[in-house]
Amino acid sequence: MARSKQNDDRGEMMQGTLAMLILRTILLAPAHGHTIAHAIEHTSEDVLQVEHGSLYPALHRLEERGLIASFWGTSENNRKAKYYRITPAGRKHLASERSRWDQIVTAIARVLGPATE
Amino acid sequence: MGWLRYLRRPQRDRDFALEIEAHLQHEIDDNIARGMHPQEAAWAAHRKFGNVTTAKEITHRMNTIGFLETLGQDFRYALRLIRLEPGFFSVAILCLALGIGANTAIFHLLDAVRLRTLPVANPRELVEVQIGPNQHCCSGNFSSRRSNFTYALWDQLRTHQQAFSGVFAWAAYRFNTTTGGEVRYVEGLYASGDFFRTLGVVPALGRVFSPEDDRPGCGSPGAVLSYSYWQREYGGQASAIGRKILLNGKPFEIIGVSQAGFFGVEVGRSFDVAIPVCAEPLVNGEDAHTPKRHHWWLAVIGRLKPGWSLTQARAHVRTISPGLFEATLPPRYTPETAKEYLAYKLTADPAESGVSDLREDYQDPLYILLAIAALVLVIACANLANLMLARATARERELAVRLAIGASRPRLIRQMLAESLLLAAIGAACGALLAQFLSSYLVHFLTTNDTPLYVDLGTDWRMFGFTSALAVLTCLLFGLMPAIRATRTNPGKLMKASGRGLTDARERFGLRRILVVAQVGLSLVLLVGALLFVRSLHKLLTLDAGFQESGVLVTEINYSTLKYSPQRRYELQREIVRRFRLLPGVEQAGATTDVPIGGDRWNDRFQFVGANPSGKFLSNFNGITPGYFRTIGTPLLAGRDFDERDTPNSPKVAIVNQSFIKQFLNGADPIGKSIRIETGPGEPEAVYQVVGITKDAKYLRLRDPFSPTVFTSLDQMAEPEVQTSGTNILSRSQVALTAQLAAIKREMAAISPSMALKFYTLHSAIADSLLRERLMATLSGFFGFLAALLASIGLYGVMAYIVARRRSEIGIRIALGADRANVLKLIGSECGKLLLTGLLLGIGFSLAASQAITKLLYGLSPTDPATIALSVLLLALVALPASLIPAIRASRLDPMQALRDE
Repeated sequence: MARSKQNDDRGEMMQGTLAMLILRTILLAPAHGHTIAHAIEHTSEDVLQVEHGSLYPALHRLEERGLIASFWGTSENNRKAKYYRITPAGRKHLASERSRWDQIVTAIARVLGPATE
Repeated sequence: MGWLRYLRRPQRDRDFALEIEAHLQHEIDDNIARGMHPQEAAWAAHRKFGNVTTAKEITHRMNTIGFLETLGQDFRYALRLIRLEPGFFSVAILCLALGIGANTAIFHLLDAVRLRTLPVANPRELVEVQIGPNQHCCSGNFSSRRSNFTYALWDQLRTHQQAFSGVFAWAAYRFNTTTGGEVRYVEGLYASGDFFRTLGVVPALGRVFSPEDDRPGCGSPGAVLSYSYWQREYGGQASAIGRKILLNGKPFEIIGVSQAGFFGVEVGRSFDVAIPVCAEPLVNGEDAHTPKRHHWWLAVIGRLKPGWSLTQARAHVRTISPGLFEATLPPRYTPETAKEYLAYKLTADPAESGVSDLREDYQDPLYILLAIAALVLVIACANLANLMLARATARERELAVRLAIGASRPRLIRQMLAESLLLAAIGAACGALLAQFLSSYLVHFLTTNDTPLYVDLGTDWRMFGFTSALAVLTCLLFGLMPAIRATRTNPGKLMKASGRGLTDARERFGLRRILVVAQVGLSLVLLVGALLFVRSLHKLLTLDAGFQESGVLVTEINYSTLKYSPQRRYELQREIVRRFRLLPGVEQAGATTDVPIGGDRWNDRFQFVGANPSGKFLSNFNGITPGYFRTIGTPLLAGRDFDERDTPNSPKVAIVNQSFIKQFLNGADPIGKSIRIETGPGEPEAVYQVVGITKDAKYLRLRDPFSPTVFTSLDQMAEPEVQTSGTNILSRSQVALTAQLAAIKREMAAISPSMALKFYTLHSAIADSLLRERLMATLSGFFGFLAALLASIGLYGVMAYIVARRRSEIGIRIALGADRANVLKLIGSECGKLLLTGLLLGIGFSLAASQAITKLLYGLSPTDPATIALSVLLLALVALPASLIPAIRASRLDPMQALRDE
């Protein structure tokens, strides 16, 4: 069962933007996985639907790269949960990703030109 | 990718499982808060989450080093397969172990004996000097393993040579360290002053000899121990220096120990104690070799001067030869012998691998054994290949299923690789073990009481590496190739062929047939060789040696320490023989100067008195007492034995054997004729009258044809011919051996406790003399049998495969009315064709190859038809049942089952 190339491409792009979203979400305060997922959905007014299953690999990859750090804590519901907080490296990464994203968006907008009827 | 994370992955997996659970709980709580039913909440949460297993897998893969993980899986799976298929694996490992082990062990021995250079400084500069090949060399006494020089000749060479920066003489002897009773030998070495310096050997303790230690008339200047002897006997203690050691009753002070690893210049031997050459007269007393110009006992090696080549050195010693031989002409030589002596020329040969009697005797057998081992390796690899091909075919279906489910080709091939490597690794490890075992067995086999063998038993990694590489290659080739081919094709096709293989299988099967035929052929070659050696040995063991060897005890008595006058020695000898005859249980006893097959020989030139026939002849001689012939069991054919009539004052008499008559007298009656033995000027005339004829008996070696022998009476050899150092008594007794030995020791001690005694049975001496033949017979027999076994297994495998492939065909035939006999004939004919082709090939090979072993055989030609026929029969006997079992099973097939079993 060979994976088709299309899926891979989509996965790549999603990984990069998902990482950005996660970092932004925990920029101000640490949160655990469930909270992060809901935060993204809620803030984007349910436009961005994250499959919770693919959130976690993304979180682990970020942790592997040292952009976020994890610790166990107790959640609001008095359950044990793994919390993630951003690291200084993460902050820097978010800033650079943010500016790159802005550049891309501006460039695309320029190419598309003003909205025609 | 971090090692720490890899090692902690179970922990991380657990962590993540907890994390997922926590997440799901949160989601469920939220859902319930939104008003869902708890069960619905749970489903919704799971749906939202997505595939838990995939998430876990992705995270797990992030934490692991994929390669290592799959490798671990592969090996564990391979191990499980070994447990499931013990038959295949044990045969495969046996093949590998045999091929690798045998070759490594034999090559190791061959290398130690033949190929290695001496562990000294710059061995390539070392050169051995000796008299060039000359049919007239040499006349006199010879008493060591390498008797190339007399002392006088060595001394001349030393002072006049120009080609060597250092030159030394040496001789290997055994010294007795006890003062009486049964002997206890150490391996001794006479070393001239420059011995250690020229070789570049430094002392490990104390000092070694220098030229100052080796001056004529030095008496007892000191002894140097070898490192291993020092460790063995003195525990490596520094206090060994200064202690005294007794050599043949003479005390020597230990002055040093030579460096570790140095064993002398003789490969395969080692020395325990070294003393200077000048000490020889002290040790041997009256028997001293040094003053006698006709006593050959030394060997000489020199180190080339810088800039000198071997050819130049050779030319140089040749040029100075006339002068050397003229200055050292022995006075007792007859004019004729003198002329030959003066014409001797010295030559020089490379000595970088030292010198070795072992090499000369065992070089050919070892090479042949190596060839045999190589053949066994080829057969083993062929067997292995066959086995793996068969297995691969059987697993095609399994591979197809795996491919269909979703395994990737590289992954499957990696798994096959792991299996092959594991098999090769286990096989190689077993091979290494077998090699060690076989090596020590070989050394043990070749060590006799008289000549202990010293071979460094460290592992030789070269041959091991080579054979392992070959084995690994075979495994990989025949394990991987089918797998790669199978994974390349469409799995559907594989499965559709009902697990019986593709058209590809036809080619593969051709290869298997070729392999099996080759195996059978090669096995036959090995069997023929083995049988030739075994039959040679049998012929040697059962030939009529002219005497009865069983039940004869030999006692070598050395009385040189007593320093008796010749007259007293003569009486001592007679007393010894008398006492032997009086021992309880002794039926016969007699003395002799040369024990048959004992390694000693006395020969002389003689003429017939009355010149009828005229000319000088050469014959073996032996001095005996009355009773010798009765003891040894050689019948007297005519005339009389020696008896009391023969005294030192009566006319000298002699007894001759049949070969003597045949060779010199053309069958005429010798009784009454007289012979005159050639003696030097100043020695008493020796004229002997022939009074008896005895049956031919072997003298020096069992292999040699009977040669003319003249027996003289020891009772008539009074001063000055009487034996100086000792005598050999042969006795035949009813009493058990231990009791015999005790009684003899008692009696001899009663005469004089300081006589040295050495005991052995004639039977064991003869067995030792046949060591080479026994080695070849044992090992080649072992390998031959194994080869036959392997070939049978191979044949069985191929036949089983044929039957499996044609199962449905056979089922149909049986259903249509074929009976058992028909089926047997069908399958049997296939088997017969393979076997026959293999045998014919084998016969061809053996006819060609057995020329190589002609020299080692006895009484057989290498193309002996009886042997070849017997080998064919043996192989067929072993191979046929193995190959007919599948045929018989095929004939018993239930047709319905065969057809249904798709």
